[in-house]
Amino acid sequence: MSKIHVSTIINGEPAEFLCEPGQTLLDALRDELRLTGSKEGCGSGDCGACSVTVDGRLVCSCLMLAAEAEGHEILTIEGVANGDELHPIQRQFLEHAALQCGFCTPGLIVAVKALLDSNPNPTETEARYWLAGNLCRCTGYDKVIRAVMDAAAEMRAQ
Amino acid sequence: MPSLQYTAPSTVQEAVALLAGAKGLAKLMSGGTDLLVQYRSGRLRPDVIIDTKKIPGMIGIREANGGFVIGAATSGALLGEHAGLGKAWPGVVEAANLIGSTQVQGRASLAGNLCNGSPAADSVPALIAARATVVIVGPGGTREAPVEAIVTGPGRTSLAKGEIITEFRLPKQAPRTGDAYLRFIPRTEMDIAVVGCGICVVLDANEVCTDARVVLGAVGPTQLVVDDAAKVLIGSKLDDATLAKLDAAARAACKPITDKRGTIDFRIKIAGVLARRAAAIAFARAGGR
Repeated sequence: MSKIHVSTIINGEPAEFLCEPGQTLLDALRDELRLTGSKEGCGSGDCGACSVTVDGRLVCSCLMLAAEAEGHEILTIEGVANGDELHPIQRQFLEHAALQCGFCTPGLIVAVKALLDSNPNPTETEARYWLAGNLCRCTGYDKVIRAVMDAAAEMRAQ
Repeated sequence: MPSLQYTAPSTVQEAVALLAGAKGLAKLMSGGTDLLVQYRSGRLRPDVIIDTKKIPGMIGIREANGGFVIGAATSGALLGEHAGLGKAWPGVVEAANLIGSTQVQGRASLAGNLCNGSPAADSVPALIAARATVVIVGPGGTREAPVEAIVTGPGRTSLAKGEIITEFRLPKQAPRTGDAYLRFIPRTEMDIAVVGCGICVVLDANEVCTDARVVLGAVGPTQLVVDDAAKVLIGSKLDDATLAKLDAAARAACKPITDKRGTIDFRIKIAGVLARRAAAIAFARAGGR
């Protein structure tokens, strides 16, 4: 089976890769492009650890074929910080210790960024519903939500 | 993984030819949120996946003839962001938006939810209650069918080989139309309906019901259109006696199974409860409240 050539923009930079027809975007990101920040938790779209945005839209990269990325713009956790400078969401996650093992954190941060890009002033309820597809077995979510609300306030003030 | 081909045709005719002429198992993919789970678990071994999203018209919402036309691969997120659709058909939009997480909403489509053939599909009872139709293109041409004609059993549809659903049509509404969809799940998000109920009503100027559709999900092998429940609503103002009769009619129509999500008895009881609550919302919306 011949490989498929895919041209995309990943984290603002043009990127090309070869993939198998059945390969997911998550596997292509991790195995072909060595962007290993996106994690595979469940592989079935339930846990959100593989969250990325495609043309600004939050999706599970495990539930999308890599070949579908042709011509689209992908944002992964690797594109959230500005060089060495952490994004306010990342900083607030550290401030609030909104993680323990960290496996869910890349997906959570990408999901929170998608939320705050579309809704800069979410209620706590809106934030909790938005993040219902990002499972975290360590924090119990409370610290995550505090980090989200403080990051939102900080970003609004900027 | 077995060998698989991926193709993304740019016309519906090309997609029909690929689907009709495929050797082995060909599967259409819109959002892929069901298909790719089945593929990756090994439950489904397609030889070719035909991505429909590059076909013009498959994604998007437009108003036409006083109603709405929704491309078959339009994501739940786009449905939820369309102000006009949400105002006219809040029940349909809320039903579609109940499916999965924010991430799943970014991809999941009405066509996928319908053709996956699950009796518990959230968008389907609401679409049937709204008298939505689908446009189907196949080797023999184009036809239109009511949504309730598509699913024939769990995982099975009435679509012939080579047929593709290209769009959903929501009809022009009579004045004072209201719709609603409710489902029961044991948590607040990220689960599959134990029971679902979609209701659409039309009221006259005195707020008496002149037309109604009551549709149940997850209490039979397909969605159930409950004509007896609709008859109870027609001619009523949804008083307590009507609600009791609606509850009984909804329960009487149920043919559920017991599984890990709920027992037969529980599902039947909940179907009556959801019918009463969905009817109250539909009547309130139709009355402008």
